[in-house]
Amino acid sequence: MTIVYEDRGDDATSEVPVNRIKFTINGQKMIAEVEPRLLLSHLIRRGLGLTGTHMGCDTTNCGACTVLVDGRPVKSCTMLAVQADGHSIETVEGLSGQSELHPLQEGFKQEHGLQCGFCTPGMMMTAKALLAENPSPTEEEVRWALSGNLCRCTGYQNIVKSVLWAADKLRSQG
Amino acid sequence: MYPSRFRYEAPRSIGEALSLLGEGGDEAKVLAGGQSLVPLMKLRFASPELIVDINNIPGLDYHREDADGSIRIGALCRHADLERSALLKSKQPVMAAAAPLIADPIVRNRGTLVGSLCHADPQGDWASVVTALGGHVVARGPGGTRAIPMADFVTGPFQNALAPDELAVETVIPAPNGTPSGGYLKLERRVGDFATVGVAVALQTSGGTVTSAGIALTGVGGSTISADEAAAALVGNALAAETIAQAADLAAAAARPRTDHRGSAEYKRHMVRTFVLRILSRSDGEATHAANGGAERAA
Repeated sequence: MTIVYEDRGDDATSEVPVNRIKFTINGQKMIAEVEPRLLLSHLIRRGLGLTGTHMGCDTTNCGACTVLVDGRPVKSCTMLAVQADGHSIETVEGLSGQSELHPLQEGFKQEHGLQCGFCTPGMMMTAKALLAENPSPTEEEVRWALSGNLCRCTGYQNIVKSVLWAADKLRSQG
Repeated sequence: MYPSRFRYEAPRSIGEALSLLGEGGDEAKVLAGGQSLVPLMKLRFASPELIVDINNIPGLDYHREDADGSIRIGALCRHADLERSALLKSKQPVMAAAAPLIADPIVRNRGTLVGSLCHADPQGDWASVVTALGGHVVARGPGGTRAIPMADFVTGPFQNALAPDELAVETVIPAPNGTPSGGYLKLERRVGDFATVGVAVALQTSGGTVTSAGIALTGVGGSTISADEAAAALVGNALAAETIAQAADLAAAAARPRTDHRGSAEYKRHMVRTFVLRILSRSDGEATHAANGGAERAA
Protein backbone atom coordinates (compact mmCIF):
# COMPACT_ATOMS: atom_id res chain seq x y z
CA MET A 1 0.00 0.00 0.00
CA THR A 2 1.32 3.41 -0.88
CA ILE A 3 0.65 6.54 1.09
CA VAL A 4 1.62 9.87 -0.45
CA TYR A 5 2.54 12.68 1.92
CA GLU A 6 2.64 16.39 1.33
CA ASP A 7 6.27 17.57 1.39
CA ARG A 8 6.20 20.57 3.65
CA GLY A 9 9.97 20.84 3.53
CA ASP A 10 10.20 20.74 7.30
CA ASP A 11 11.58 18.30 9.81
CA ALA A 12 8.16 16.89 10.45
CA THR A 13 7.95 15.59 6.90
CA SER A 14 11.16 13.63 7.14
CA GLU A 15 10.02 12.20 10.44
CA VAL A 16 6.61 10.92 9.44
CA PRO A 17 6.08 8.01 11.79
CA VAL A 18 5.09 4.79 10.07
CA ASN A 19 3.99 1.60 11.77
CA ARG A 20 3.86 -1.81 10.18
CA ILE A 21 0.73 -3.77 11.01
CA LYS A 22 -0.55 -7.25 10.28
CA PHE A 23 -4.24 -7.93 10.17
CA THR A 24 -6.89 -10.04 8.48
CA ILE A 25 -9.51 -8.52 6.21
CA ASN A 26 -12.42 -10.71 5.14
CA GLY A 27 -10.34 -13.78 5.83
CA GLN A 28 -7.27 -12.61 3.95
CA LYS A 29 -4.02 -11.92 5.82
CA MET A 30 -2.51 -8.50 5.12
CA ILE A 31 0.47 -6.34 5.99
CA ALA A 32 0.28 -2.56 5.79
CA GLU A 33 2.51 0.34 6.61
CA VAL A 34 0.43 3.10 8.08
CA GLU A 35 0.90 6.47 9.63
CA PRO A 36 -0.57 6.19 13.14
CA ARG A 37 -3.14 8.88 12.47
CA LEU A 38 -4.66 6.97 9.55
CA LEU A 39 -8.20 5.96 10.46
CA LEU A 40 -9.33 2.38 10.00
CA SER A 41 -12.05 3.58 7.62
CA HIS A 42 -9.42 5.15 5.36
CA LEU A 43 -7.21 2.07 5.45
CA ILE A 44 -10.22 0.04 4.32
CA ARG A 45 -11.46 2.42 1.64
CA ARG A 46 -8.23 3.85 0.26
CA GLY A 47 -5.55 1.39 1.24
CA LEU A 48 -7.54 -1.75 0.46
CA GLY A 49 -9.95 -0.25 -2.07
CA LEU A 50 -12.94 -1.71 -0.26
CA THR A 51 -15.35 1.16 -0.77
CA GLY A 52 -18.38 -0.73 0.50
CA THR A 53 -17.59 0.72 3.92
CA HIS A 54 -19.11 4.19 3.76
CA MET A 55 -18.04 7.34 5.54
CA GLY A 56 -21.14 9.24 6.56
CA CYS A 57 -20.75 11.71 9.40
CA ASP A 58 -17.08 11.14 10.28
CA THR A 59 -18.06 12.05 13.87
CA THR A 60 -19.01 8.69 15.44
CA ASN A 61 -22.72 9.34 15.08
CA CYS A 62 -24.12 7.63 12.01
CA GLY A 63 -22.68 4.12 11.94
CA ALA A 64 -22.37 3.95 8.12
CA CYS A 65 -18.69 3.01 8.51
CA THR A 66 -19.42 0.07 10.83
CA VAL A 67 -17.20 -2.98 10.33
CA LEU A 68 -16.64 -6.01 12.51
CA VAL A 69 -13.43 -6.14 14.51
CA ASP A 70 -13.01 -9.65 15.92
CA GLY A 71 -16.74 -10.08 15.36
CA ARG A 72 -17.86 -6.96 17.17
CA PRO A 73 -19.33 -3.93 15.36
CA VAL A 74 -17.03 -0.92 15.50
CA LYS A 75 -17.30 2.51 13.88
CA SER A 76 -14.22 2.41 11.67
CA CYS A 77 -13.96 6.22 11.53
CA THR A 78 -13.29 6.14 15.28
CA MET A 79 -10.52 3.57 15.42
CA LEU A 80 -6.95 4.08 14.29
CA ALA A 81 -5.80 1.76 11.51
CA VAL A 82 -2.70 0.96 13.55
CA GLN A 83 -4.99 -0.51 16.21
CA ALA A 84 -6.08 -3.20 13.75
CA ASP A 85 -2.68 -4.84 14.26
CA GLY A 86 -3.26 -8.47 15.15
CA HIS A 87 -7.01 -8.27 14.63
CA SER A 88 -9.54 -9.59 12.18
CA ILE A 89 -11.68 -7.12 10.23
CA GLU A 90 -14.83 -7.96 8.33
CA THR A 91 -16.45 -5.57 5.88
CA VAL A 92 -19.59 -5.78 3.79
CA GLU A 93 -17.53 -7.21 0.94
CA GLY A 94 -16.94 -10.28 3.09
CA LEU A 95 -20.62 -11.12 3.42
CA SER A 96 -21.38 -12.83 0.14
CA GLY A 97 -19.80 -15.89 -1.39
CA GLN A 98 -18.64 -15.92 -4.98
CA SER A 99 -22.12 -16.32 -6.40
CA GLU A 100 -24.51 -16.29 -3.49
CA LEU A 101 -25.78 -13.36 -1.50
CA HIS A 102 -25.59 -13.56 2.27
CA PRO A 103 -29.06 -14.01 3.81
CA LEU A 104 -28.79 -10.45 5.14
CA GLN A 105 -28.18 -9.09 1.66
CA GLU A 106 -31.03 -11.21 0.36
CA GLY A 107 -33.23 -9.95 3.19
CA PHE A 108 -32.55 -6.31 2.39
CA LYS A 109 -33.47 -7.07 -1.23
CA GLN A 110 -36.62 -9.02 -0.40
CA GLU A 111 -37.94 -6.55 2.15
CA HIS A 112 -36.81 -3.36 0.41
CA GLY A 113 -34.55 -2.54 3.35
CA LEU A 114 -32.81 0.29 1.56
CA GLN A 115 -33.56 3.36 -0.48
CA CYS A 116 -30.39 5.38 -1.10
CA GLY A 117 -28.29 2.54 0.31
CA PHE A 118 -25.72 4.67 2.07
CA CYS A 119 -26.34 3.29 5.56
CA THR A 120 -26.87 -0.29 4.31
CA PRO A 121 -23.35 -1.73 4.71
CA GLY A 122 -23.19 -0.53 8.32
CA MET A 123 -26.69 -1.84 9.01
CA MET A 124 -25.78 -5.25 7.65
CA MET A 125 -22.55 -5.54 9.60
CA THR A 126 -24.26 -4.59 12.85
CA ALA A 127 -27.07 -7.03 12.05
CA LYS A 128 -24.56 -9.78 11.33
CA ALA A 129 -23.08 -9.45 14.81
CA LEU A 130 -26.55 -9.36 16.35
CA LEU A 131 -27.63 -12.57 14.61
CA ALA A 132 -24.39 -14.31 15.57
CA GLU A 133 -25.13 -13.54 19.22
CA ASN A 134 -28.90 -13.87 19.08
CA PRO A 135 -30.23 -15.95 16.16
CA SER A 136 -33.87 -15.30 17.08
CA PRO A 137 -34.16 -11.64 17.97
CA THR A 138 -37.48 -9.95 18.58
CA GLU A 139 -38.35 -6.82 16.62
CA GLU A 140 -37.52 -4.81 19.74
CA GLU A 141 -34.09 -6.43 20.00
CA VAL A 142 -33.34 -5.68 16.35
CA ARG A 143 -34.30 -2.04 16.84
CA TRP A 144 -32.16 -1.82 19.98
CA ALA A 145 -29.14 -3.40 18.24
CA LEU A 146 -29.44 -1.05 15.25
CA SER A 147 -29.94 2.06 17.35
CA GLY A 148 -26.38 3.24 16.64
CA ASN A 149 -26.92 3.09 12.87
CA LEU A 150 -28.77 6.01 11.35
CA CYS A 151 -30.92 5.81 8.22
CA ARG A 152 -32.41 8.98 6.78
CA CYS A 153 -34.56 7.32 4.11
CA THR A 154 -36.53 4.35 5.27
CA GLY A 155 -37.94 5.12 8.69
CA TYR A 156 -36.31 1.81 9.68
CA GLN A 157 -39.45 -0.32 9.18
CA ASN A 158 -38.10 -2.30 6.26
CA ILE A 159 -34.61 -2.48 7.68
CA VAL A 160 -36.00 -4.23 10.74
CA LYS A 161 -38.08 -6.53 8.52
CA SER A 162 -34.98 -7.32 6.44
CA VAL A 163 -33.00 -8.37 9.50
CA LEU A 164 -35.86 -10.52 10.77
CA TRP A 165 -36.12 -12.07 7.29
CA ALA A 166 -32.43 -12.88 7.38
CA ALA A 167 -32.75 -14.34 10.88
CA ASP A 168 -35.50 -16.69 9.63
CA LYS A 169 -33.43 -17.73 6.65
CA LEU A 170 -30.30 -18.32 8.71
CA ARG A 171 -32.25 -20.43 11.21
CA SER A 172 -33.83 -22.49 8.44
CA GLN A 173 -30.36 -23.13 7.03
CA GLY A 174 -29.38 -24.41 10.48
CA MET B 1 -10.96 14.42 9.09
CA TYR B 2 -7.51 13.49 10.31
CA PRO B 3 -5.93 13.92 13.69
CA SER B 4 -2.70 15.90 13.67
CA ARG B 5 0.48 13.85 13.54
CA PHE B 6 1.51 11.91 16.63
CA ARG B 7 3.81 9.14 17.71
CA TYR B 8 2.05 5.90 18.57
CA GLU B 9 3.12 3.38 21.17
CA ALA B 10 1.26 0.27 22.26
CA PRO B 11 2.96 -0.97 25.44
CA ARG B 12 2.38 -4.51 26.67
CA SER B 13 2.60 -3.83 30.38
CA ILE B 14 1.53 -1.18 32.86
CA GLY B 15 5.17 -0.50 33.73
CA GLU B 16 6.01 0.15 30.09
CA ALA B 17 2.97 2.43 29.76
CA LEU B 18 4.01 4.41 32.82
CA SER B 19 7.52 5.03 31.52
CA LEU B 20 6.10 6.18 28.17
CA LEU B 21 3.73 8.52 29.99
CA GLY B 22 6.64 9.85 32.04
CA GLU B 23 8.57 10.45 28.86
CA GLY B 24 5.66 12.19 27.10
CA GLY B 25 4.64 14.35 30.03
CA ASP B 26 1.84 16.78 29.24
CA GLU B 27 1.98 15.89 25.56
CA ALA B 28 1.12 12.23 26.09
CA LYS B 29 -2.40 10.88 26.07
CA VAL B 30 -3.70 7.44 26.98
CA LEU B 31 -5.88 5.71 24.39
CA ALA B 32 -8.30 3.07 25.68
CA GLY B 33 -11.65 2.82 23.85
CA GLY B 34 -10.98 6.03 21.95
CA GLN B 35 -14.66 6.83 21.49
CA SER B 36 -14.21 10.32 22.91
CA LEU B 37 -10.50 10.88 22.32
CA VAL B 38 -10.39 9.96 18.62
CA PRO B 39 -13.30 12.29 17.70
CA LEU B 40 -11.63 15.08 19.69
CA MET B 41 -8.35 14.48 17.86
CA LYS B 42 -10.09 14.47 14.50
CA LEU B 43 -11.66 17.82 15.34
CA ARG B 44 -8.20 18.97 16.51
CA PHE B 45 -9.60 19.85 19.91
CA ALA B 46 -6.87 17.53 21.16
CA SER B 47 -3.47 17.21 19.46
CA PRO B 48 -1.30 15.01 21.67
CA GLU B 49 2.22 14.32 20.45
CA LEU B 50 2.30 10.83 21.91
CA ILE B 51 -0.51 8.30 22.03
CA VAL B 52 -0.07 5.49 24.54
CA ASP B 53 -2.51 2.81 23.43
CA ILE B 54 -3.18 0.54 26.42
CA ASN B 55 -5.31 -1.97 24.49
CA ASN B 56 -2.47 -4.48 24.27
CA ILE B 57 -1.88 -4.61 28.02
CA PRO B 58 -3.24 -7.96 29.20
CA GLY B 59 -5.42 -8.32 32.27
CA LEU B 60 -7.21 -4.98 32.29
CA ASP B 61 -10.51 -6.02 30.71
CA TYR B 62 -12.08 -7.44 33.84
CA HIS B 63 -14.98 -6.54 36.03
CA ARG B 64 -15.38 -8.65 39.10
CA GLU B 65 -16.60 -8.80 42.64
CA ASP B 66 -14.05 -9.05 45.42
CA ALA B 67 -14.52 -11.27 48.46
CA ASP B 68 -15.59 -8.22 50.50
CA GLY B 69 -18.36 -7.40 48.00
CA SER B 70 -16.70 -4.46 46.27
CA ILE B 71 -16.83 -4.38 42.48
CA ARG B 72 -13.71 -3.61 40.44
CA ILE B 73 -13.83 -2.49 36.82
CA GLY B 74 -10.57 -2.64 34.86
CA ALA B 75 -9.38 0.06 32.48
CA LEU B 76 -10.21 -2.03 29.40
CA CYS B 77 -13.65 -3.24 30.49
CA ARG B 78 -15.99 -2.04 27.72
CA HIS B 79 -19.46 -0.60 28.23
CA ALA B 80 -20.80 -3.61 26.29
CA ASP B 81 -19.20 -6.00 28.80
CA LEU B 82 -21.02 -4.18 31.60
CA GLU B 83 -24.27 -4.17 29.63
CA ARG B 84 -24.11 -7.98 29.29
CA SER B 85 -22.85 -8.55 32.83
CA ALA B 86 -24.72 -11.09 34.93
CA LEU B 87 -22.73 -9.88 37.94
CA LEU B 88 -24.05 -6.33 37.68
CA LYS B 89 -27.61 -7.51 37.05
CA SER B 90 -27.57 -9.46 40.29
CA LYS B 91 -25.32 -7.26 42.44
CA GLN B 92 -25.24 -3.69 41.23
CA PRO B 93 -28.58 -2.45 39.86
CA VAL B 94 -27.51 1.17 39.31
CA MET B 95 -24.66 0.20 37.02
CA ALA B 96 -26.80 -2.42 35.30
CA ALA B 97 -29.37 0.28 34.60
CA ALA B 98 -26.83 2.75 33.23
CA ALA B 99 -24.75 0.45 31.01
CA PRO B 100 -27.33 0.09 28.19
CA LEU B 101 -27.83 3.87 28.12
CA ILE B 102 -24.22 4.83 27.42
CA ALA B 103 -23.81 6.25 23.89
CA ASP B 104 -25.05 3.69 21.31
CA PRO B 105 -24.53 -0.07 20.94
CA ILE B 106 -21.57 0.22 18.54
CA VAL B 107 -19.74 2.79 20.64
CA ARG B 108 -20.33 0.57 23.69
CA ASN B 109 -18.27 -2.16 22.02
CA ARG B 110 -15.14 0.01 22.25
CA GLY B 111 -15.67 2.62 24.94
CA THR B 112 -14.63 1.94 28.53
CA LEU B 113 -16.00 3.03 31.89
CA VAL B 114 -12.62 4.07 33.25
CA GLY B 115 -11.85 6.02 30.07
CA SER B 116 -15.19 7.75 30.32
CA LEU B 117 -14.41 8.86 33.88
CA CYS B 118 -10.95 10.10 32.82
CA HIS B 119 -12.44 12.02 29.90
CA ALA B 120 -14.42 13.96 32.54
CA ASP B 121 -17.10 15.22 30.20
CA PRO B 122 -19.62 17.17 32.31
CA GLN B 123 -22.30 15.27 30.40
CA GLY B 124 -20.80 11.83 31.09
CA ASP B 125 -23.19 9.26 32.48
CA TRP B 126 -20.74 7.04 34.35
CA ALA B 127 -19.39 9.92 36.42
CA SER B 128 -22.84 10.36 37.99
CA VAL B 129 -23.27 6.65 38.56
CA VAL B 130 -19.86 6.23 40.20
CA THR B 131 -20.37 9.42 42.24
CA ALA B 132 -23.76 8.20 43.54
CA LEU B 133 -22.19 4.85 44.42
CA GLY B 134 -19.30 6.49 46.28
CA GLY B 135 -16.70 4.84 44.05
CA HIS B 136 -13.09 5.72 43.44
CA VAL B 137 -10.48 5.53 40.69
CA VAL B 138 -7.23 3.64 41.25
CA ALA B 139 -4.22 5.39 39.69
CA ARG B 140 -0.81 3.83 39.15
CA GLY B 141 2.22 6.06 38.87
CA PRO B 142 5.97 5.88 39.27
CA GLY B 143 5.49 6.47 43.01
CA GLY B 144 3.00 3.63 43.45
CA THR B 145 -0.75 3.29 43.62
CA ARG B 146 -3.31 5.70 45.01
CA ALA B 147 -7.09 5.71 45.26
CA ILE B 148 -8.84 8.92 44.18
CA PRO B 149 -12.46 9.29 45.37
CA MET B 150 -14.76 10.12 42.46
CA ALA B 151 -15.72 13.36 44.19
CA ASP B 152 -12.09 14.53 43.86
CA PHE B 153 -11.28 12.87 40.56
CA VAL B 154 -12.89 15.36 38.22
CA THR B 155 -11.25 18.74 38.67
CA GLY B 156 -13.09 20.59 35.92
CA PRO B 157 -14.68 20.10 32.51
CA PHE B 158 -12.50 17.52 30.68
CA GLN B 159 -9.93 17.65 33.48
CA ASN B 160 -9.09 14.95 35.95
CA ALA B 161 -6.84 14.62 38.97
CA LEU B 162 -4.32 12.27 37.33
CA ALA B 163 -0.72 13.41 37.07
CA PRO B 164 0.68 13.21 33.51
CA ASP B 165 2.68 10.10 34.44
CA GLU B 166 -0.21 8.30 36.13
CA LEU B 167 -2.49 5.70 34.57
CA ALA B 168 -6.04 5.02 35.79
CA VAL B 169 -6.03 1.24 36.06
CA GLU B 170 -9.42 0.53 37.58
CA THR B 171 -12.54 1.88 39.22
CA VAL B 172 -13.80 0.44 42.50
CA ILE B 173 -17.37 0.47 43.77
CA PRO B 174 -17.35 -0.14 47.52
CA ALA B 175 -19.22 -3.07 49.03
CA PRO B 176 -22.80 -2.22 50.01
CA ASN B 177 -23.73 -2.16 53.67
CA GLY B 178 -27.28 -3.26 52.92
CA THR B 179 -29.33 -4.40 49.96
CA PRO B 180 -28.36 -2.29 46.95
CA SER B 181 -31.09 -0.76 44.82
CA GLY B 182 -31.68 2.37 42.79
CA GLY B 183 -31.26 3.12 39.13
CA TYR B 184 -30.17 5.45 36.39
CA LEU B 185 -32.57 7.32 34.14
CA LYS B 186 -31.52 9.36 31.14
CA LEU B 187 -33.48 11.75 28.99
CA GLU B 188 -31.98 11.99 25.54
CA ARG B 189 -33.28 13.25 22.21
CA ARG B 190 -32.06 10.17 20.42
CA VAL B 191 -29.80 7.21 21.06
CA GLY B 192 -26.20 8.30 21.35
CA ASP B 193 -26.92 11.92 22.17
CA PHE B 194 -25.64 13.48 25.35
CA ALA B 195 -28.02 13.42 28.28
CA THR B 196 -30.49 16.28 28.45
CA VAL B 197 -30.90 15.11 32.03
CA GLY B 198 -29.49 12.05 33.75
CA VAL B 199 -30.17 10.97 37.33
CA ALA B 200 -28.35 8.27 39.27
CA VAL B 201 -29.81 7.09 42.57
CA ALA B 202 -27.91 4.52 44.60
CA LEU B 203 -29.51 3.18 47.74
CA GLN B 204 -28.68 0.63 50.35
CA THR B 205 -31.46 -0.57 52.54
CA SER B 206 -31.80 -2.83 55.52
CA GLY B 207 -35.17 -3.96 56.84
CA GLY B 208 -36.99 -1.34 54.78
CA THR B 209 -34.83 1.52 56.07
CA VAL B 210 -32.34 3.35 53.91
CA THR B 211 -28.87 2.85 55.39
CA SER B 212 -26.99 4.93 52.86
CA ALA B 213 -27.81 6.85 49.70
CA GLY B 214 -26.17 8.73 46.86
CA ILE B 215 -27.82 10.88 44.20
CA ALA B 216 -25.92 12.43 41.30
CA LEU B 217 -27.06 14.44 38.29
CA THR B 218 -25.83 14.51 34.69
CA GLY B 219 -26.23 17.34 32.21
CA VAL B 220 -27.70 19.92 34.57
CA GLY B 221 -24.57 21.84 35.55
CA GLY B 222 -21.00 22.58 34.57
CA SER B 223 -19.98 19.25 36.02
CA THR B 224 -21.51 16.18 37.62
CA ILE B 225 -23.58 17.28 40.60
CA SER B 226 -23.65 15.26 43.78
CA ALA B 227 -27.03 16.02 45.38
CA ASP B 228 -25.88 15.35 48.92
CA GLU B 229 -28.79 16.97 50.72
CA ALA B 230 -31.28 14.98 48.69
CA ALA B 231 -29.41 11.77 49.53
CA ALA B 232 -29.18 12.69 53.22
CA ALA B 233 -32.95 13.14 53.37
CA LEU B 234 -33.35 9.44 52.62
CA VAL B 235 -30.90 7.98 55.11
CA GLY B 236 -32.49 6.54 58.24
CA ASN B 237 -35.96 6.62 56.72
CA ALA B 238 -38.28 4.20 54.98
CA LEU B 239 -39.13 5.05 51.39
CA ALA B 240 -42.49 6.63 52.19
CA ALA B 241 -44.09 8.90 49.61
CA GLU B 242 -43.32 11.98 51.67
CA THR B 243 -39.62 11.11 52.04
CA ILE B 244 -39.35 10.38 48.33
CA ALA B 245 -40.96 13.70 47.42
CA GLN B 246 -38.62 15.56 49.74
CA ALA B 247 -35.55 13.96 48.20
CA ALA B 248 -36.86 14.71 44.70
CA ASP B 249 -37.40 18.37 45.58
CA LEU B 250 -33.92 18.66 47.09
CA ALA B 251 -32.34 17.02 44.02
CA ALA B 252 -34.18 19.42 41.73
CA ALA B 253 -32.95 22.31 43.88
CA ALA B 254 -29.36 21.05 43.57
CA ALA B 255 -29.53 21.09 39.75
CA ARG B 256 -27.97 24.04 37.95
CA PRO B 257 -29.44 23.60 34.49
CA ARG B 258 -29.09 26.03 31.62
CA THR B 259 -31.54 26.62 28.84
CA ASP B 260 -30.17 25.31 25.56
CA HIS B 261 -31.26 23.45 22.44
CA ARG B 262 -32.01 20.38 24.53
CA GLY B 263 -34.57 22.13 26.70
CA SER B 264 -35.28 24.96 29.08
CA ALA B 265 -33.70 25.15 32.51
CA GLU B 266 -37.13 24.83 34.07
CA TYR B 267 -37.91 21.70 32.09
CA LYS B 268 -34.60 20.06 33.00
CA ARG B 269 -35.09 20.82 36.68
CA HIS B 270 -38.56 19.33 36.48
CA MET B 271 -37.15 16.20 34.86
CA VAL B 272 -34.59 15.79 37.67
CA ARG B 273 -37.44 15.74 40.15
CA THR B 274 -39.47 13.34 38.02
CA PHE B 275 -36.56 10.92 37.59
CA VAL B 276 -35.77 10.85 41.31
CA LEU B 277 -39.45 10.15 42.02
CA ARG B 278 -39.55 7.41 39.41
CA ILE B 279 -36.44 5.62 40.58
CA LEU B 280 -37.32 5.84 44.27
CA SER B 281 -40.93 4.82 43.75
CA ARG B 282 -39.68 1.58 42.23
CA SER B 283 -37.06 0.97 44.90
CA ASP B 284 -39.53 -0.39 47.41
CA GLY B 285 -36.90 -1.13 49.99
CA GLU B 286 -35.48 -4.06 48.06
CA ALA B 287 -33.79 -4.33 44.73
CA THR B 288 -36.65 -6.08 42.95
CA HIS B 289 -37.52 -3.62 40.20
CA ALA B 290 -34.50 -1.45 40.30
CA ALA B 291 -32.55 -3.20 37.58
CA ASN B 292 -35.20 -2.14 35.11
CA GLY B 293 -34.67 1.49 36.01
CA GLY B 294 -32.54 2.50 33.09
CA ALA B 295 -34.29 0.47 30.43
CA GLU B 296 -36.91 3.14 30.25
CA ARG B 297 -35.27 5.42 27.76
CA ALA B 298 -37.18 8.67 27.75
CA ALA B 299 -37.46 10.37 24.37
